[in-house]
Formats: sequence, C-alpha cells, structure tokens
Amino acid sequence: MSLSTLIVIILIGAGIAYTFGRGRSLMIAGRLGGIQHLHSLPFYYGAQAALWCGIPCLILLALWVAFDDAIIRQIVMQSLSSEQLKLPEQELGLLLNTIESIASGVTSLRGSPEVMAAAERVSGLRQTSQLLLTVVVLCGLVMAGAWAWAKVKPEFRARNSVECVFTLFLLACSTLAIFTTVGIIFSVIFESIRFFGQVPITEFIFGTHWSPQMAIREDQAGSSGAFGAVPLFTGTILISAIAMIVAVPTGLMTAIYLSEYANNKVRAVVKPLLEILAGIPTVVYGFFAALTVAPAIKDLLNGVEIPLLAFSIGPLDVSGESALAAGLVMGVMIIPFVSSLSDDVINAVPQSLRDGSSALGSTQSETVKKVVLPAALPGIVGAILLAVSRAIGETMIVVMAVGTAAKLTANPLESVTTVTVQMTTLLIGDHEFDSAKTLAAFALGLVLFVMTLGLNFYALRIVKKYREQYD
Amino acid sequence: MTSTTKAPTKVKTIDLVNKNLKKRYRAEIRFRAYGIAAICFGLLCLAFLFYNIVGKGARGFQYHFVAMEVNLDTDTLGIADINNFDQILAANYSAVVKRSLYEKFQVSSRKDKRLVRDLFAVDASGYKIQDLLKTDAAKLVNTTISIDALVDDKVDFYLKRLGEVGEPGKEHFNQKQLEWIAQLQQEGGVEKRINIAFLTSGDSAQSEEAGILSAVMGSFYLLLVTLSLSFPVGIAAAIYLEEYAPKNKWTDLIEININNLAAVPSIIFGLLGLAILLSFFGLPRSTPLVGGLVLSLMTLPTIIISSRAAIKAVPPSIREAAYGIGASKMQVTIHHVLPLAMPGMLTGTIIGLAQALGESAPLLMIGMAAFIPDVPGGVTDQATALPMQIFQWFRNADAGFNEKASAAIMVLILFLITMNALAVWARRRLERRW
Repeated sequence: MSLSTLIVIILIGAGIAYTFGRGRSLMIAGRLGGIQHLHSLPFYYGAQAALWCGIPCLILLALWVAFDDAIIRQIVMQSLSSEQLKLPEQELGLLLNTIESIASGVTSLRGSPEVMAAAERVSGLRQTSQLLLTVVVLCGLVMAGAWAWAKVKPEFRARNSVECVFTLFLLACSTLAIFTTVGIIFSVIFESIRFFGQVPITEFIFGTHWSPQMAIREDQAGSSGAFGAVPLFTGTILISAIAMIVAVPTGLMTAIYLSEYANNKVRAVVKPLLEILAGIPTVVYGFFAALTVAPAIKDLLNGVEIPLLAFSIGPLDVSGESALAAGLVMGVMIIPFVSSLSDDVINAVPQSLRDGSSALGSTQSETVKKVVLPAALPGIVGAILLAVSRAIGETMIVVMAVGTAAKLTANPLESVTTVTVQMTTLLIGDHEFDSAKTLAAFALGLVLFVMTLGLNFYALRIVKKYREQYD
Repeated sequence: MTSTTKAPTKVKTIDLVNKNLKKRYRAEIRFRAYGIAAICFGLLCLAFLFYNIVGKGARGFQYHFVAMEVNLDTDTLGIADINNFDQILAANYSAVVKRSLYEKFQVSSRKDKRLVRDLFAVDASGYKIQDLLKTDAAKLVNTTISIDALVDDKVDFYLKRLGEVGEPGKEHFNQKQLEWIAQLQQEGGVEKRINIAFLTSGDSAQSEEAGILSAVMGSFYLLLVTLSLSFPVGIAAAIYLEEYAPKNKWTDLIEININNLAAVPSIIFGLLGLAILLSFFGLPRSTPLVGGLVLSLMTLPTIIISSRAAIKAVPPSIREAAYGIGASKMQVTIHHVLPLAMPGMLTGTIIGLAQALGESAPLLMIGMAAFIPDVPGGVTDQATALPMQIFQWFRNADAGFNEKASAAIMVLILFLITMNALAVWARRRLERRW
C-alpha cells in the first residue's frame, strides 16, 4: 500500500478509536449513573484513545520511511561483488543510484546482468518492505487501539493527558522557527566550509576577479575559475545605494507629510495605495525594470555629453542592463517599506514635544526638522537599515535587469552583478554538490545571511530601544 | 540676545522675527511641497507601473486569427478507420491546414508554399481540428469545416504594432509576404480576438500555443501545501506564544527567531530547500511539495505575527469568564479565544499566502523554473508556478513569449488583488472590536 493510503488508514483508525473510546466512557458512565462520575468529559476519553492509537503508528511509519532506503542499500551493497565495492566512493554511489533508478523504473537504462540482478533484488526488497510496513502498521493500529480502549476507566485522567499532548504540539510548532534558523545555518555553513576547503577564504573575500565558469590560470584553486567576490559586493552595494537614494528621501518625506500634514481622508487613500507598491511581486518589478526602464535609460542617456566646468563627461556609454535601472526600480519597491516604518516611528514621538515647539513659535516644518526628526532619528535609522537589508537580499529584480558579468566599477550606467544574481546563476540547473561552482553559491548565501542578519538584529534593537524611550 | 555695538537703538525681538518671517514661511511651503512631491512620485510610479502592465498585458491576451475553410478528407488526414481513436490522434492535421493555405493564396511553387506556411501557425491550427475531431469524428470527417487558423507569432507581433514608428517586426517578411498580409487585411479575413487557449492550455515551445494553465495549477498546488502546513503550525505557534509560553530565555529565543526569519532574504530559504529538502531528504525536485514546504517556512513568521496580534486583541475578560465557570486552559483557548481571534488569523493567512503566490527567488533555487508543458495533477508532479512561468517567458528571446509574460503578469496581479481584497473584506466584516 502506498504511503498516503497508509496515512489515511491510520487516520481512519484513529477516528474509530475515538468513537470506541467515547462510547466506552459513555457506557461506563451509564452504568455508574451519569457522566458526572467520570473524571473527564467523554470527548477527552475518545480523543485520548485516538491519540494513543494514531501517534505511535505515525511515528513508526515515519521512522520506517526514513530508514528503509538506507537498509535496503546496505543489503544490496553486501550482495555486490568485492571488486565493485573497491570502487571509489563516488562511483559506487553512482552505481547504487543506477541500480535504484532501474529498480523504480524511472530510466530505461540497461546495465550489466549483475546490475540488473541487483536492481531486481532492490525492487523485491522494496515490495517486501512495503508489505511488512502495511502489516506492522495495521497490527500496531489494532493493538494500540485495544490498549487505549482498555484504559478508559472512570478515574482515568483523560483530559490532563490530552491537554499535555496539545501543549506539546503547540510547543513543537513554535520551535519550528528555531529549527528553520538552525536548518538555514547548517545548510549554508556546511557547504561553505567545503567551499573554503577548495578556495581560500581570503581569495573569496578580497579577490577582485570573479568568473566561476572557466579556469583562467593553471594553478587556480578549485580549477574551475576565479572566486574573488569583491566585484559582487561592490555591485550589490552600488545597486542598493541607488535604491536607497530613491527610497529614503521619498519614503521619509511621504511619512512626514502623511503623519504631520495630511488629514485623515488623504491618509486613508494614499497609504493603502502606496502599500500596493510593496505587494507587487518582485518578478513584475524585474520585468518592468528590464523591458521598460533599462531601455528608456539607455535611450535617454546613451551618447549624451555632460559639460562639467572645463572638461566634459561623455559621450556616455550606457549598458542595456545598467545598474541604474535595477536600482531605481528597487528603490520604488522599497518606498512603502521605508515610509510605513518611519510613519510608525514618527507617530511614536509624543505630541507634547510638537506642542512645545509650536508654543515657542516655530513653524510646522521647523518643528518637524528640529524636534520631531531628531527625536525619531534612531528609529528612522533602524527603518533605513531594515530597508538596506531588504535591498541587498532582493533577487528577482536584479536577476532580470542586470547582467551576470562581474565588473568592478562604481559607474551606475554600466552593468554590474550582485551576490543574489550569482547565487541563482550558479545554482540553476547545476546540482553537483562537490563542484566549487555550486558550493560558491552557498558561500555567497552565507555572506548574505550574515549581512542581513546583522543589519536586522541591529536595526530591531535600535527600534526597540527607541520605542521604550517614549512608552 | 541683541548685542549691538552702537548702544542706543534697541532691536526688538519682534523685528527680528518679522525680518525672517517671509523666509521661514517660504521654507514651510517648500517643505510641504517636498512632501507632496514625494507622495506624487510614489503614486505616479504606481500608476505608470499599472499602465505599463495593463497596456502590455492586454496585447498578450489577444491574437490574430484567420478564418479558413478546411476540407477534412480521410486520405490527406491518413485516417483509415474513424472509430479508431489512436488514428484520430495521430492523423496528419498539418497537411489539411497546409493544403487549405495553398489554395487560399493560390501558390504552387515550393518557395511560395514555404513563404505562405511561414505566415501561419500550422501545427497550432492543426491541434484545433484535432480537438474538434476528438469529440465528433464521424460527423466531421470528409466535410469542409471553417476554422480560425492562428497566424504565426511574428505576423501577430507585426500586426499588433502596425502604425507604430519604425514598423517593428516588418524585417521578418519579404515583399511577397507583406503583400499577402496586406491582402488578408483588406479582405477582412484576419481578426484580432481574445486568445482563449492562453487560459486553457499549458506551456509550449511555440509561443502561439503557450498558455498559463499549467502554471496556475502549479501555483494552486503550491498554495495548497503552503496553506495546509503554515496555517495550523502558525496558529499553534501563536497560541503557544500568547497563551502558554512562560517568560523565559527559551521563549525569548523563539521570538527573536521569528522576527529574524521575517527579514531573512527569500533566496536564503531557497538554499535551505536545496540543501536540506532536496539533497538531504531526497524529496523530488521541481515539485509543489518542496516549493510549498519552503514557502510555508517563509510565510510562517507573517502568519504567526498577525495571529498573535489577533489573539492579543481578545479581551482578557472573556478568558476569565471561561475560567470562572470551570473551563480548563485548553478549553478556554479552543472554545473561546480561537474563534474570536479567527478572523484576524485568517486575514494574516491570506496576506501571507498572497506573498507566497508572488514569491519567486526560493522557487528558482529548487528548480521550479523549468519547462513543464503538462498540467500537474498533484503535489508530487513536476510543476512550475506563475511567477516562474513569467520568468521563463521573460528569458525566452522570442518576442511572442514576452507578450505572454505580460499577460501572465496580469493574471498574477489579478489573483493577488483578489486575495488582498478578500483579506480586507474579512477584516472589515468579521473582525470584532471591543
């Protein structure tokens, strides 16, 4: 029986256990003269029976599924000839994979008779395992159900045990966040360590040449290219800086106007409208940046000469994938982020400060500039840091609108590449986990994770401290 | 504060104020103007973005068709037995379409024939006949039917941009072909219509046949997995943190983690899915199952944070009343707090799902940017998602696909607007205020 059928059967079994447990408690109660003689309500007896019956079976099932492939693999390994076992680890793994794919019928590949026999054996073992699993689960279901049914007694504290399970479930769900973080850290760090085993960490952080595709020097570590990530960092910083130049003044002025000047009506209309900008998927922004903004910038600026005192800049050579286009569009995307965060911060400044300033005769703008903004400054800095972390982690806009050629430049009209762009280009379609090329993506991921985590942590602390100041 | 070297004339403060007043008022007006300009900039960007999306997208929904008579004789089709379904599936539909085309344009030389063929999507038109025959072969065979043949995507591109400067797309055709196109237009045989097939078919290598159904279904399964995981887990976590958690280091750690996860770039979640779910657990690549798992981890913080806010909004008096009549903690939570907080939780969940629907970067990492023409039938089938489909079409050099991408963007935005409207509606209608 397939896994999903088994799960359904276990659930049905649990349902039956519930009915029986509840029925038995009611029967006992009837004999004693009413449910007030039971410790718990009949529902809890039923639920207790269902949990005691279903949870062990589900755990059994999970363990079985987790380990049966490994066990079958071990059995097959023993049946292989000794010379095959002497193969290097990678080739052995490949051989086993071939056997397994032949056994599951996903390839039409044919191997040597020996391999075919092993494949036959694997599929035989799999069938046995399936059958055994079904039998074990069914037996377990019946036994656990009978045991739980027998446990239903008037003095049995069913409610307490059910509530205990419930609390444990809640706790498990809330710790998932921790497990996710741990999972992220592990997945990034392990591969990064392997990467730094092939490419020295100093070359990665300080190297100025990035071309993971081909070997350029003979003595190149990892023998598949150069992994100096500085051009990626500068590219990321350049694009994020352009985005911030757009987003911070606009977002901040919007927040100031909405919280200090605008009346409720305007606010009720403008705020949700601007929030729409934050809800548009990034792939749409990327499309917009690549097909509308970038060509427009190119048409507008290409070949233009800018007179500057005695000499002139230009004629400008604008790339079709300029950092400027991506940065501008990213900035527009971040405007609502900056404005709503700063809005919160500005609103948290006590009204008394504004009143005091007005009483001294300052105009509204003077109040904002000299009283409200300085008071709100830590919070605004926190908001900007959060926005920066969002900008450097942004993926789709840059993937679609800038190129993949790493160039060490500060010219916004040229094409640069970013950390996230390289991560996607390195990982799309390539899944050998031991090539330096793939592992480099994880090292970049580590850098990105550490940077954003640091920024967020710091920003959240600033914001929190600031909030406490006026609470 | 007024220290002047020539003692007698005392300067009054009011004069100083008056002197600067005009300047200060001007500064005030300027400051206000900056604010208004900032808001206008934001709104203009929004308007331009939507104008751009709608303008481009509307084109993607339309296509040019040419009404044409096709004679379905069994010899050309190669059907010997009309009751044999396999033969109907394998019949040579392109042949009958081609023949009708040659007759329509009265061409006989090989070169002209090829030029005519290049103007039409012969295969796509053939599939249309196949669909008709699949249902009603016996009646239609050996008759002449009229179908709307699809023009080639280059012709469609050209026709949609007629009258624009530089005549984009014109360079693909030679003089003869241009004359034929002009002739078709004069006769009124070519017609621009909504392309229904775009909504009812899957991806294809030919832009005129490509549709978004497979991507929409892929997104649907993704959201199904995401919803069924993140909704119960998110609510349970929120209940634990609000109602059960003791104030200790462990709880603080959980809270810090949730806040940080909310700000981790989405591409990092893709790495998690790649390294842990695909490599370590060996789950199948490019499936909604893996994508949904990753997206549910991503949406969890959103759902937890909004659910906690909803639980916090339930007044303590309700809990105390329930405790007062002897309810246990679980009963208080499940019977009283949860139902009252449910509208807020649902709102948060819908917003979280809307985010998940538009998310692309993590899906890119786990290989969902793949060419998948078949409509997925379950969560373990290979599938793509709407944002991934847009990305795929965007990367395709063919101009026809770019148009499809704009149309798909409209569909995506439509879904998002619907979901957000639903969330707003749920908040307005269901949320109670105490």
